[in-house]
Amino acid sequence: MVRAVSILYATILYGFIFLPVAVLVLFSFQGTLFPIPPFNGPSLRWYEAVLGDERLTAGLLNSILVAVVTSAIATFLGFLSAWGFARFPLPGSAFLRGLITLPLTVSYLIIGMGLLIFFNWIGLPKSLVAAGIGHVVINLPLCFAIIYSQMGDHQANIERAARDLGAREWQVLTLVTAPMLWPALFASFFLAMTFSWDEFVIAFLLTRFDTTLPVEIWNLLRAGLNPKTNAVGALVFGVSIILAILFELVAFRKRAA
Amino acid sequence: MTALAAAEHISHQFGPVTVLDDVSLTIAGGSYTVLLGPSGSGKTTLLSILGGFLHPARGRVLINGVDCTGMTPARRPTATVFQDYALFPHMSIGANVGFGLRMKGVAKGSRETRARDMLAIVGLAQSFDKKPHQLSGGQRQRVALARALVVEPAVLLLDEPLGALDLKLRRQMQDELKAIQKQVGTAFVHVTHDQEEAMALADHCVVMNQGRIEDEGTPERVYAQPATRFSATFMGESTLISGEVTSVTGNAISINTAFGTLPIIATAEEGAKVTLAIRPEHLRLIRDSRSISFGSAEVTAVIFQGSFKRVVAVSNTLSGPTFVAKIPATHEVAVGDTVTPCCHIENLLLLTK
Repeated sequence: MVRAVSILYATILYGFIFLPVAVLVLFSFQGTLFPIPPFNGPSLRWYEAVLGDERLTAGLLNSILVAVVTSAIATFLGFLSAWGFARFPLPGSAFLRGLITLPLTVSYLIIGMGLLIFFNWIGLPKSLVAAGIGHVVINLPLCFAIIYSQMGDHQANIERAARDLGAREWQVLTLVTAPMLWPALFASFFLAMTFSWDEFVIAFLLTRFDTTLPVEIWNLLRAGLNPKTNAVGALVFGVSIILAILFELVAFRKRAA
Repeated sequence: MTALAAAEHISHQFGPVTVLDDVSLTIAGGSYTVLLGPSGSGKTTLLSILGGFLHPARGRVLINGVDCTGMTPARRPTATVFQDYALFPHMSIGANVGFGLRMKGVAKGSRETRARDMLAIVGLAQSFDKKPHQLSGGQRQRVALARALVVEPAVLLLDEPLGALDLKLRRQMQDELKAIQKQVGTAFVHVTHDQEEAMALADHCVVMNQGRIEDEGTPERVYAQPATRFSATFMGESTLISGEVTSVTGNAISINTAFGTLPIIATAEEGAKVTLAIRPEHLRLIRDSRSISFGSAEVTAVIFQGSFKRVVAVSNTLSGPTFVAKIPATHEVAVGDTVTPCCHIENLLLLTK
């Protein structure tokens, strides 16, 4: 009895989480003009329409570009700051570490507005670069936290051994520290990509002509629902799933090792 | 043997704690020096200062006559074997051993040849292409040794290198370390808290306590003639009897103890507070004609150790010591027995510090 109730409860819970996505994906294969029942597919016509839409494909490429570049920068900066905090005694280290992770708790809207006002003040126009900076701001704390958590004293000793054998500081970082932390570096890179990939608020506030896919989808939605929005949504969802799986794989491998 | 390296008047503090207090040490070329002491004695700090991982508050480090005190570890002619081995987990064993040569700009071909040769010396020629996690603890230890030796340091520093191994492997690696040191001829400085390890390995044994060198010399000398009470109890066990020098005539002195006045041949000042130490193998529980006796004592522990029995007995005399004796395994003795501890007069060691 208890078991039956548990199963029912789990079914409802997971249904609540995944049903909207399932419906979205299902009706992206709709054969007619409206994403409403009855389902009369499957058809790939709306995917063709998405890939034939210049604005959407440009947004897709922009999103990929922004996600890859900003995640690489955020991982790189996160790595360097984690290394600094882990290896050097700094005054007020705990406070500064708290400060660097603080953006995690601030809403994207506030960060986006702050950057908008600041960029306006220094004369940086709305652009992919501006949105990219925003994505580095939101992802750096995450990358820092992941990488910092993986830097232990044992590795400090390994770095010491490298220095003892004649390695210069940059050689220690590139030949020993970074390779030892590959799993953490990959994990933070993929997680940052996941967040950048479907980030909307900051991209919406900080871009104008060239913009990212979530903003293009929003533009599309203003014209009303059609299966094309479902198709592009399914594409975005698919990429997010792939990134999340990559993250799990490298993070899980690290734990197993 | 000539002085290859020296630490001169080294003092160092961690915050308010003095970890090294005016320590001077000379390391002879080709020697095996062991720094022996309990944790907190400053032995690891001294090793870190020799290796350049710490810069001393006072004093200097000379290697081959060059002042290295402020030099980074990379630039000084030392190499360190770390307690946790600190192998590069992402590199093959061959790349680990070749790392130091790579940093010195040695070409790939000759680097690999030299790494292979060094791995052959430590008995791991087959493991060149393996990764550190595929090796056992003892094998990793050997890789760490090869990695440090291949750069041909003037002094090889070993920080409790056998500390992570189980006892059997420890004794085995101990023999190998000594053999490898004799083969390569590099001066080794080895830190340990294990006195058996120190006695087995050292040419020169340095006993440290509370940031000072208590005693140094060949392990035979340190064991047979310890300089201080600490050294007599840390390097092997001893029964300690305290007393006061009452008269000095030539090289014969009389010492007043809880067991009456004992005459021994030694030099000391009249009125000095001294300690007499007896090694457990010299303490007997049955009198013979040449023995001096120390009253009676009650046996509190008998530990059978194969070839001998270790007996602990508490003196029945007021303010008497706790006796520790090693007696033949065939000797019948049980807890609660009353025994008469005694020893030959030449086995009484006079400690003035």
